[in-house]
Amino acid sequence: MPLVEIFGLGVIDNITSQYGYKVISNNLVYFLGGAGYTVFITALSLVMGMILGLFAGLGKLSNKKILCFLSTAYIDFFRGTPLFVQIFLLYFGILPLFYDNDPVTSAIIALGLNSGAYIGEIIRSGIQAVDHGQIEAARSLGMNQRQAMTHVILPQAFKIVIPPMINEFIALLKDSSLLSAITVPELMHRGDLVFANTYQATWVFGAIAVIYFIITKIISVIGDKVERRLATD
Amino acid sequence: MIQVIDVYKSFGQLQVLKGVNFQVAPREVVCVIGPSGSGKSTLLRCINQLEATNSGQVYIDGEELTHPKTDINQIRQQVGMVFQLFNLFPHKTTLENITMAPIKIKGINKADAEKLAMELLGKVGLTDKAHVYPGKLSGGQKQRVAIARALAMQPKVMLFDEPTSALDPEMVGEVLAVMKNLAFEGMTMVVVTHEMGFAREVGDRVVFMDEGIIVEEGLPQDIFDNPQNPRTQAFLSKVL
Repeated sequence: MPLVEIFGLGVIDNITSQYGYKVISNNLVYFLGGAGYTVFITALSLVMGMILGLFAGLGKLSNKKILCFLSTAYIDFFRGTPLFVQIFLLYFGILPLFYDNDPVTSAIIALGLNSGAYIGEIIRSGIQAVDHGQIEAARSLGMNQRQAMTHVILPQAFKIVIPPMINEFIALLKDSSLLSAITVPELMHRGDLVFANTYQATWVFGAIAVIYFIITKIISVIGDKVERRLATD
Repeated sequence: MIQVIDVYKSFGQLQVLKGVNFQVAPREVVCVIGPSGSGKSTLLRCINQLEATNSGQVYIDGEELTHPKTDINQIRQQVGMVFQLFNLFPHKTTLENITMAPIKIKGINKADAEKLAMELLGKVGLTDKAHVYPGKLSGGQKQRVAIARALAMQPKVMLFDEPTSALDPEMVGEVLAVMKNLAFEGMTMVVVTHEMGFAREVGDRVVFMDEGIIVEEGLPQDIFDNPQNPRTQAFLSKVL
C-alpha cells in the first residue's frame, strides 16, 4: 500500500495529478503574497532583534553588574525556551494585557525578542573576537571607551558577525513559519489553508518549500556579496 | 616630565612591580632593559595607565594619572604609545589610521588631519602607502605607520613597548632609524627594548629592571661597560 494511502489522503494526493498542478498555479499569487508577509515580518523582527541584540551583547560585556545580569537573563530566557511557546505566550498571554493585539504585530514582537537573544550572543562573541590590542591602541590615543567601541571595535566586529548574522537571518525566516499557528497570513499559513481545501500535500508543501528555499538562497547570496565587499586583505 | 613613585602592580598572585621609582626629564630618551618577566612592559603600561596600578603615583607633566578624578583620556592624548604587535586598525587605510584620532578626539577637520598625516608619513618614509590597508604592509612598514599614528596626536612623550621584537631582522633597522630621528628632534621617549645597540647609541639613560624592581640605572656607557650590580652583569653577559 502506498504511504499516502496509509494517511488516508492517497485518493486525492497524487504527485502526477493534473489537479495538483492546477492548485499551485491557481494559488501562486496567493502564496507569493504570503511570502511577502514572511519577508516583511522577518525583516522587521530582524531590525528589532539587531537593536535588542546590540544592547544585550554590549550589556553582557558591561562591567555594570545590573546591565550584565539583565542582558544575561533576557538571553537565557529567549534562548532557553521554544520559540513556538514564546509566540503563544506573547500572543495569547502577555501582549493582550498591553494592547488590543493582532497576529502580525504580535508576530514581529515575538520573533524580534527571540532573535535579539541570539543576535546578542553573536554580537558579544564578535566583539570578543576583536584582538585586545585594538582597544589598547585606541585607548592609548586618548579615545574613551565609547569612542574606541564605535570607531575601532564595532566596525571590526561587524565584519566578523556577518556570516553568523546571515545564519540567524535565514533561521529566523524559516522559523516565521511557526506563526501560521496564530493565523498570521504568511507563507506557511496560506499553504496550510490551501492544503485544507485541496488535500494536495505534496504539491502544496513542495511549492511552499521551494519558495522558502529561493528566499533563503537570495539572502545567502547577498550575504556573500557583502562579505566580499568588506574584505580588506 | 614623567614621575613614577613607589608603584606596585600585581596580576592575581603574581607581583610584577614591587615599588618602582622612575623619572624622565623633558627631551630625555630612557631605554629600559631587562630579562623577560622583569616588569619592564608593565611599567611602561602603567605610565599611561593601560594597566591600573595597585598603589603608588604616576605623574605626567605635573598631573597625577593615578588620581581618581583625573581625566585619563585627556592625558593619554599627550602620551603616544607604540606596541610590539603594532595594533594598527585593520579596517582603515594607513592614512585613516593616522587621521582617526585627531578627527574623532580633537575635532580637527579632515583636510588638516590628512595634511598632517601626509607630513608624518613623509617623516617615516611611507607617503606612497597612504591609501593601502595595513594587511598589505610589511612588519617594518606597519610599525612605522604606528609611530606616525601616535605622533599625529602631537604627544609630549612617546612610549615604545619592544617596538622591534616582532620584526624580521632586516626590518629592525628602518624602525630604529625613525626612532633615532625622533630622539634627535627632542622627543621625550621611554623605550622598552632588547636592542642594546640602540640603547647605547640613542639612549640618554639606561634602566635595568629585574624581578619587578629597578636594579641599576645610569648613562649607557656606564651600564654597558661597567655594570655595578651582579644581576646587571649576569644579564649583559648573556645578551651582549
